[in-house]
Amino acid sequence: MMRRAAWAAASLAFLVAVVLAWKLVADAKLVNPMFLPAPDRAFATLAGWIESGELWDPLSKTVWRMFAGWIAASLAGIALGAAIASSRRARDLFAPSVEFLRPLPASAVLPPAALLLGLSDTMIVSVIAFGTVWPILLGSIHGFKALDPRLTEVARMLRFGPLQRMFKFQLPNALPEIFAGMRVSLALALILTVVAEMLSSQPGLGHMVLVAARAFRSADIFAGIFVLGVLGFLTNSLMQYLEAYLLRWRPAHSGG
Amino acid sequence: MRRVAIGLVFPFAVVVLWELLGRAGLASEDGFSRPSLVAVALAKSLADGTLLQQTGETFISAVIGLLIAAVTAVATGAVLGLFRTLERVTTLTVEALRPIPSVALIPVALLVFGFGQNMSVAVVAFACFWPMLIITISAVRGIDPRLIEVGRMMGFSLATRIRKFALPAALPGIMVGFRIASGIAIVVAVTVEIAANPRGLGYGMIVAQQSLHADLMWATLVWLGVVGWFANWGLLALERRWLRWFWTQREA
Repeated sequence: MMRRAAWAAASLAFLVAVVLAWKLVADAKLVNPMFLPAPDRAFATLAGWIESGELWDPLSKTVWRMFAGWIAASLAGIALGAAIASSRRARDLFAPSVEFLRPLPASAVLPPAALLLGLSDTMIVSVIAFGTVWPILLGSIHGFKALDPRLTEVARMLRFGPLQRMFKFQLPNALPEIFAGMRVSLALALILTVVAEMLSSQPGLGHMVLVAARAFRSADIFAGIFVLGVLGFLTNSLMQYLEAYLLRWRPAHSGG
Repeated sequence: MRRVAIGLVFPFAVVVLWELLGRAGLASEDGFSRPSLVAVALAKSLADGTLLQQTGETFISAVIGLLIAAVTAVATGAVLGLFRTLERVTTLTVEALRPIPSVALIPVALLVFGFGQNMSVAVVAFACFWPMLIITISAVRGIDPRLIEVGRMMGFSLATRIRKFALPAALPGIMVGFRIASGIAIVVAVTVEIAANPRGLGYGMIVAQQSLHADLMWATLVWLGVVGWFANWGLLALERRWLRWFWTQREA
């Protein structure tokens, strides 16, 4: 216990040292201050945003879009995955298309979406949903497919209907893989939200940092990156926590 | 063979339906250009070299960024993997930097490098660095400690120990990281072009969209899918061949 605390303190000290080094480099103007603001300037900017309330509108919009798209993708991905995995024929029919579409850059959906839906909120959420559905869909297909034949047998012996079998055996069995896909997708959702906001000039964190770059306000950019980093960290932690909580019944949870 | 044929049924049906809807005037020509028109646009753009030039721009940015990330991440990862103390001390810093979405760096890269290749390279390198770093650390840490011990006993310098002992033993793991990162590299390169950088396939799609050339936009998207698929396939083949070479070398 003591040792863990000591390591944590050392780890924190290193991070502080990195920030201090950043400050020294910036203050000595070793790097053009137009590119690299001192950390205290970036944090002062951030504090200013929080105090004036300027941050909340773009932040809440970014978070809303991200989660709206991701939740839509999750629901669609799980349902479609269950359907595709349910029969061998459906798998043969659709799985190759999914495998082909998966490596396509998710952001490549942006231009067609902009053309079809215009530069709107609907467009951004649709792009996030479409772009983040693939990892969830694949996880769902694999998860639903991998039911132990003995469990199928048990379900038959217990005379389960299809719904009962779905909720008592198949869904719990598929959950770990679905969650793995959802976690990948959540990180992807944040990236797509930022890119879509940059492209469409809709108010949000992505648009905010790009405007700051065009106006050469480096402190604003770094403050924005900090907020995005915290957002990435928090959403990933939330997902991990949720995963651990919802899968706590698993006997040998490897934390994978 | 039969399964491949069945897998082609769905995409084929979509294309046919799309074509029919377009011809019947049910799908708007401004958005959903018909597949036949897309094919013509694809052929034209390939013939006049635009598409190939854009592909080159995107790939060169992706490859340079990937290589920069690979070299720096493997070097850093080897050191952190060998020295547990260093790894523990830097954990918090790595965990603080890693969740930053790579595209958040587009504004910084824009400010520092302006439009052009270097801007894409910088963002690609940042995005590819973290997965490769994490995989290298765990690959190096998974090496049999006796191997490292032998190197130390024989009085080799740290650099030699890394080069002769740690890296060869960790190579299979590092290769997996490299393949993951190369997928990321292409995606990020295209994303930077779509968001801000006026070059490459990503920008080609944006220009086609903004000038309402739906056929060219879809053609570029299809091309991107094909190229990406082949790049992924090639890397897998390369990795398999390379790993086989690696294991036979080892047994000899």
